[in-house]
Amino acid sequence: MNTKRTAFYYLLAALLTVGFYFVLTGLIRAGVIGKYHADMLIPVGFYIMLAVSLNLTCGFLGQLPLGHAGFMAVGAYTSALATRYLPFEGALGFWIALLLGALMAAAFGVVVGLPALRLSGDYLAIITLGFGEIIKGILLNLNFTGGARGFKGIPKQTDLTTVYICLVLTLFFIRTLINSRFGRAIISIRENEIAAESCGIHTTFYKTMTFSIAAFFAGLAGGLYAHYIGVLYPTTFGFDTSIEILVMVVLGGMGSITGSVISAATLRLLPEMLRAFLDYRMVIYSLLLIVVMIFRPTGLMGRYEFRLSKIFAPKGDKSHV
Amino acid sequence: MIFISQLINGVHVGSIYALVALGYSMVYGIIKLINFAHGDIIMVASYAVWYGAVRMGLPTWAAILLSIVICPLLGMLIEKIAYKPLRGSARISLLITAIGVSFLLQNLARMIFTATPQSLPALIPGKLSVGPWTLSYTTLVTIAVAVVMMLCLNLLVSRTKMGKAMRAVSEDTEAAQLMGINVNHTISFTFAIGSGLAAVAAVLYCCSYPQVSPTMGSLLGLKAFVAAVLGGIGSIPGAMVGGFVIGIAESLTKGYIHSGLADALVFLILIVVLIVRPAGLMGVHRPEKV
Repeated sequence: MNTKRTAFYYLLAALLTVGFYFVLTGLIRAGVIGKYHADMLIPVGFYIMLAVSLNLTCGFLGQLPLGHAGFMAVGAYTSALATRYLPFEGALGFWIALLLGALMAAAFGVVVGLPALRLSGDYLAIITLGFGEIIKGILLNLNFTGGARGFKGIPKQTDLTTVYICLVLTLFFIRTLINSRFGRAIISIRENEIAAESCGIHTTFYKTMTFSIAAFFAGLAGGLYAHYIGVLYPTTFGFDTSIEILVMVVLGGMGSITGSVISAATLRLLPEMLRAFLDYRMVIYSLLLIVVMIFRPTGLMGRYEFRLSKIFAPKGDKSHV
Repeated sequence: MIFISQLINGVHVGSIYALVALGYSMVYGIIKLINFAHGDIIMVASYAVWYGAVRMGLPTWAAILLSIVICPLLGMLIEKIAYKPLRGSARISLLITAIGVSFLLQNLARMIFTATPQSLPALIPGKLSVGPWTLSYTTLVTIAVAVVMMLCLNLLVSRTKMGKAMRAVSEDTEAAQLMGINVNHTISFTFAIGSGLAAVAAVLYCCSYPQVSPTMGSLLGLKAFVAAVLGGIGSIPGAMVGGFVIGIAESLTKGYIHSGLADALVFLILIVVLIVRPAGLMGVHRPEKV
């Protein structure tokens, strides 16, 4: 009955997405947004991707992985190696590299996830933390990636358009996933794992899969990062970065994609606006974690999601619920 | 010969891990929380020693005393401010708060003392020579102090009234409360003891590695946590055994395989233990009931 209406909202969302892109690039071309600020929007894009993908495991699956930066590192290094050694040129090579990075991260997600996800919350946190540190340690000692001296000379191919496309795809995919049968399954695992299992949900499969999908998008973001910054250092992908992403998710609300998008964008843009903030950034992040957990454990947005259908639906129409 | 000296090294490091692991294990036993901030208490203790000995020019014993007084207070303060309001809420919230506290301590230290590592004077100089063997006094003192502390703790937990209360609260908090045990006091006391042990461990650590930096506690803390899990979290003898095993394994890896692999090995041990025997060597497995 509602397929027509659903199609309408999808179309509207697509139009708005494309429209927003043209407004944004138009503003940059007209010089309303300066070059400096336009450049800042690219990291905002991949940090949103990181936060949303972490939210998938953190908010919807209800686990606490602390090694998200590790997956980002895998994606970044794999895609950087791919653009260097694979015989593809230009944009094609770049997209192939991004895809390879993301797939490699997803594979690591399975490798880490299989042993880790058989365990409950606290141990999972520690193992993923350990995984992040091991990845960093290995990268520091690998010769063909430059080790501690850094992986230099990566072509800077990431521009606003690529990030925008990847971001939209990520948001669309994760949002659709959450509303699918798969999403219901992982939310039921969050609510009560034993009950979910006795309802016939193969918890290990769903957990590993979710972990791997989250890793995929973290890897994609890593690839974008590598081709944005041009040089990779293993220490960038340490515990600090994992925590930074976690703060974004927690502040926005575990289980709210909208919240992750808003908080990731705010937390990336705010320090650039307030220079003085930069020195105390980490202190403020940690205080934010504690204060949010004590006073509003659900995060600022809770589990609220922004929906077009909520705005346009006539009063009393509950079809969007 | 090399093997023996590596073994002694392992026991030396292992006894420090064991002391830290005891703090993790006790706190986990009583409020089911991985106290991420525990590793950073070691860092605070080391800075206290450094500040007392180098900045204020106190004699060594006074600087050590200072750090052993500060840490239990800090431990109790953290529990009161950050963990107590969250008692009874979701485990994940508590864990995130603990990470927040750990991060806060590290970054405050970085802000106050800068990220540059500071050097400490040698606290226990000299070594003992018997024939071809040399053994530094630091190693002897470390092992002796650690063993004495563990024996004291064991007595405290098994023989005193407070120890009985601690065991009762970790067994069943609500039932303990109904029996007239002051749960808040017991938890505070546990944090104080755990942090005190961490301070002792920090002093011993500073004797052998005389350098303090804001992030020194995180890896040390993690390894000690692995030791606690290996021994069986919540079990005091388990934490000691776990500490020694981790210390020896790490030292042998450094000596015979590759020093860069020691950290990875510790996590490998953790993964294997959790898969093969999740309750640890000396822990009791409790299946989850619906």
